[in-house]
Amino acid sequence: MPRFTFHRLWAIVLKEFIQMKRDRVTFGIMIGIPLMQLMMFGFAINSDPRHLPAALRVADQGPFARTLVQALRTSDYFAFVHETSDEAEAQRLLQLGDVQFVINIPADFTRQLLRGERPTVLIEADATDPAATGPALAAVNALAATVFNRDLPGPLARLRAKDGPVDFRVHAHYNPENITQFNVVPGLMGVVLTMTMVIITALAITRERERGTMENLLATPVRPFEVIVGKILPYIVVGYIQVSLILVAAHFVFDVPMVGSLPLLYVVSLLFIAANLAVGITFSTLAKNQLQAVQMAFFFFLPSILLSGFMFPFRGMPDWAQAVGSCLPNTHFLRIVRGILLKGNGFSEIAPHLWPLLVFLVIAMTIGVKRYRQTLD
Amino acid sequence: MSPPAAATPTDLAIDVTGVTKRFGEKTVVNAIDLAVRRGEIYGFLGPNGSGKTTFIRMLCGLLTPDAGTGTCLGYDVRSQQAEIKRHVGYMTQKFSYYEDLSIRENLDFIARIYAVPDRRAAVQRSLDRLGLANRSHQIAGQLSGGWKQRLALAACLIHEPKLLLLDEPTAGVDPKARREFWDEIHQLAADGLTVLITTHYMDEAERCHRLAYLAYGHLLTRGTLAEVLAAAKLTTWSITGPDLRTLATTLRDRAGVEQVVAFGNTLHVSGRDAARLTATIAAVRDPRHDWKQITSGLEDVFISLMDEAKDNFA
Repeated sequence: MPRFTFHRLWAIVLKEFIQMKRDRVTFGIMIGIPLMQLMMFGFAINSDPRHLPAALRVADQGPFARTLVQALRTSDYFAFVHETSDEAEAQRLLQLGDVQFVINIPADFTRQLLRGERPTVLIEADATDPAATGPALAAVNALAATVFNRDLPGPLARLRAKDGPVDFRVHAHYNPENITQFNVVPGLMGVVLTMTMVIITALAITRERERGTMENLLATPVRPFEVIVGKILPYIVVGYIQVSLILVAAHFVFDVPMVGSLPLLYVVSLLFIAANLAVGITFSTLAKNQLQAVQMAFFFFLPSILLSGFMFPFRGMPDWAQAVGSCLPNTHFLRIVRGILLKGNGFSEIAPHLWPLLVFLVIAMTIGVKRYRQTLD
Repeated sequence: MSPPAAATPTDLAIDVTGVTKRFGEKTVVNAIDLAVRRGEIYGFLGPNGSGKTTFIRMLCGLLTPDAGTGTCLGYDVRSQQAEIKRHVGYMTQKFSYYEDLSIRENLDFIARIYAVPDRRAAVQRSLDRLGLANRSHQIAGQLSGGWKQRLALAACLIHEPKLLLLDEPTAGVDPKARREFWDEIHQLAADGLTVLITTHYMDEAERCHRLAYLAYGHLLTRGTLAEVLAAAKLTTWSITGPDLRTLATTLRDRAGVEQVVAFGNTLHVSGRDAARLTATIAAVRDPRHDWKQITSGLEDVFISLMDEAKDNFA
């Protein structure tokens, strides 16, 4: 029985170090991934999202209404980006996802308050992502009891009923029961597609190069566009199988509502699948070997899951992280899927998220085709 | 075997001058001129790293020459690479078909890429011709070296190219398979195909119509076998007898001695300067040995050329 010897172990260790040193990209990624994770988990991700965009519909111009709005503003949870008196417009803003909340202060707010009738302030929330709305709504409840303490001195103090002078009523749209799965399962579609589509095609050209079949392929009259599109098409079919699987599970296992048009979802999925495949192909032309290609795919996958709004509320992130997130196709696809399934969005509502996907696809494809060399130079 | 009759320019399958390729600081192919007649089997020899593969890749449009001009099948090597690719069959040094596809699937794929008319029939013909028919469903990755080589040859012939570029096609193939391969090459050449082939085997070099020898990116000699041998002006003596090892040590580094090579029980001593070599031999000659002047072999010539090239270019 051969015994353990240190010099043999040392030989392997040394060889591994030498190989690690030769593969600069792998080494760079081993350093880059922890840095990226530090940035994302340390700075970008926030499970207590503040400054959520909200619309105000105030029908009462009295001082109490102003105090209330001011209090909501200083709570830091709301950023009033729209003011409107039109209910239909407010609904549309919610539907488009431009605002997370609509806060309605009724016309006779001051009067009701002074009469001790506990006026109702209706807060309409886009509850597709319960994690995004939860903390803000909790803050509102805390605020309710104390907001008018200064404005109701002396004899008016009796109006500070023990359940507060104002009745905040929350209307959670799209996901009234705040079921997390309703948000996660549709989101998973984007995550699954990003993961598999990018990795599969990232390997496609590197594999040809690694196995030596690339030289042969280059010696034939085949054109770069033919190779790249030829490698993408079969996986579009695979992508659609994945989409269907998730939809079936979403419906039968998780009871996710499907309010909007499924055919529309299938059509726009094509754009997203193609965008991811194009990213994979681009990685494939950049990477020297299959390992590097997988690592690049992982590098892309990490922000796609963390900064896209899949795991953590998008609006809870600082501006720079939102900017990064907005460059990722998954961010837009998540909004499209959630919009169609949960909010019943139609084409006009999702259009603002379609063109970023298209731009992304065109850029990734152009880099891929440009990087693909027709010679071995 | 005699080379095809003297060529006029239109008879040239390959006609390039001054072809140069640099990788960074290193000049891998240095101003090579080459003319290959149609229907000729042209042997390309030279040590590893001499630039043979790079030169072939420039001919078939895989690399762009840094300098030099010329045509391949009448198409410009710099600007008409797409046309060249359509009419050239290139067999890479390393097996480069799909190891996870069967023989037939590989051939089908290549035939589709070249848009071969009546693909099914063409694939079947090529399977039959190279004796692959009853293995057509075998996965290429599981084939032995000889069968992989046949598959590669079948694949690079399927679009009926006019020029075949073979980069060390017989490396790692057994002698019988090598011989069959060469019979096939001669058959193809007889049918009018031009073949440029690189090899390290001297017996294969002797089966070519013409030869060129490349070292350090320079073309050192070319011509028919007889021309190459004559141009080398190498004198070789063959010695048999006892204690050849001592004799070899004695001969090395003497004036006029360039190579001392042991072949089993004989020793070959060669040099380009016949007079000095003869003088040296006269000085060390030992009656126990049998000395005989012989015609220099191709290998002696090539090693001599390489040593000379090392002095000039390395």
